Amino acid sequence: MVFEKIDRILEEHEYKHSAVISIMQDVQGIENYLPEDTLRYISEKLELNLTRIFDIATFYKTFSLTPRGRHTIRVCSGTACHLGGAVKNLEQIQRTINIQEGETTDDRMFSLETVNCLGACALAPVMVIDEDYYDAVNPGKIEKILSPYRLEPEV
Amino acid sequence: MKVPITIDGQMVQIDKGAPIIDAAKKAGVVIPTLCYHEALKPYGSCRLCMVEILLNKQRRLVTACNFPVEVGMEVFTDTAKVRHIRRMIIELLLARCPDVLSLHAMAKQMGIKSSRFKKQDSTECILCGLCVRFCEEVVGVSAIGLVSRGIDREVATPFKVASDVCIGCGSCTYICPTGCIEMVSDKKIPQMRIMKMGQHSLKACINEFQCETCPVGKEFFEDMRLVIAEFRNN
Ligand code: SF4
Ligand code: SF4
Ligand code: FES
Ligand code: FES
Repeated sequence: MVFEKIDRILEEHEYKHSAVISIMQDVQGIENYLPEDTLRYISEKLELNLTRIFDIATFYKTFSLTPRGRHTIRVCSGTACHLGGAVKNLEQIQRTINIQEGETTDDRMFSLETVNCLGACALAPVMVIDEDYYDAVNPGKIEKILSPYRLEPEV
Repeated sequence: MKVPITIDGQMVQIDKGAPIIDAAKKAGVVIPTLCYHEALKPYGSCRLCMVEILLNKQRRLVTACNFPVEVGMEVFTDTAKVRHIRRMIIELLLARCPDVLSLHAMAKQMGIKSSRFKKQDSTECILCGLCVRFCEEVVGVSAIGLVSRGIDREVATPFKVASDVCIGCGSCTYICPTGCIEMVSDKKIPQMRIMKMGQHSLKACINEFQCETCPVGKEFFEDMRLVIAEFRNN
């Protein structure tokens, strides 16, 4: 099933080596992370060596080789956001969902990551959950931001 | 087309577009390098080969291993600025890899006694990428790569498990300037040697690396012979 989806993604990108990053992003969308088998499969189908693919998968922070929660929280810790109080926000999130950076909650609901600038410094401090951006975050807002995601029904 | 340039005041004629280092070699001027190798494409990662150039009345610092020569270029390989940079790079590398003898030897040659930076937990890899590039460009298998980034960057096989494409040729062991990819023999089976890098094992060879007699190594050695022959002819 997963491999069929991967085939479709590969076809969409016409098996182009130059599109490997987009391919990996789309494939990651299936399970929210890149399992080893999946990467081996992509390497075989694209005829692109596995070393290259592993290099890319470990270089970019968007890619994860370990299972992630349903929602990924990314807290920006770039310069502007750091000065704006990103550390306090991060600590508040860690307290709220009880995990450290790089970890996933036991119920596989949230994963927590930091990134080094989301390119939205004017909105600092910024955090992103999945695709949703939240600007001018402060510790008081965290619970309110997170709670809707908890309630969201299974897809 | 040959163009004239000067290296430390000495005039040399060199192919247009060739890297400065080729001209330096022709002039007999030694420029220290770590990530450069004649058999590989220039990479420019260690920055140790920095020289000062004067071109169109502008002075600037460039890496000799990949900067192409141009008409009228004047190159200086031993200015105060150049020495300062080399010193900085060597001191940083010494802090990163305090146990690597070849770095100490280089430091000694440049008159550097110690590093002013705090020693790191010792790694021996300077991330020059020679092993990775040799495995890709010459051996043609790409068994190892540079993975992760920033302070986590390291040489590793995919998923950090023994590689299934490594042919155990030993090229990476041979080319590594710091000696951090080892070939060790198995304690129980002495004729079996294993390539090791830190925690990662590459490939075990049961043939004592007698590559000419091995079916896996045969094709590679044919290619290798051609490469060497071609290289000698040039
Ligand atoms: S021993 Fe393996 S990793 Fe090293 S250069 Fe040869 S094929 Fe590549
Ligand atoms: S293992 Fe050796 S050759 Fe490879 S990058 Fe590290 S220092 Fe360079
Ligand atoms: S520093 Fe956070 S968006 Fe740029
Ligand atoms: S030898 Fe030129 S940058 Fe390493």
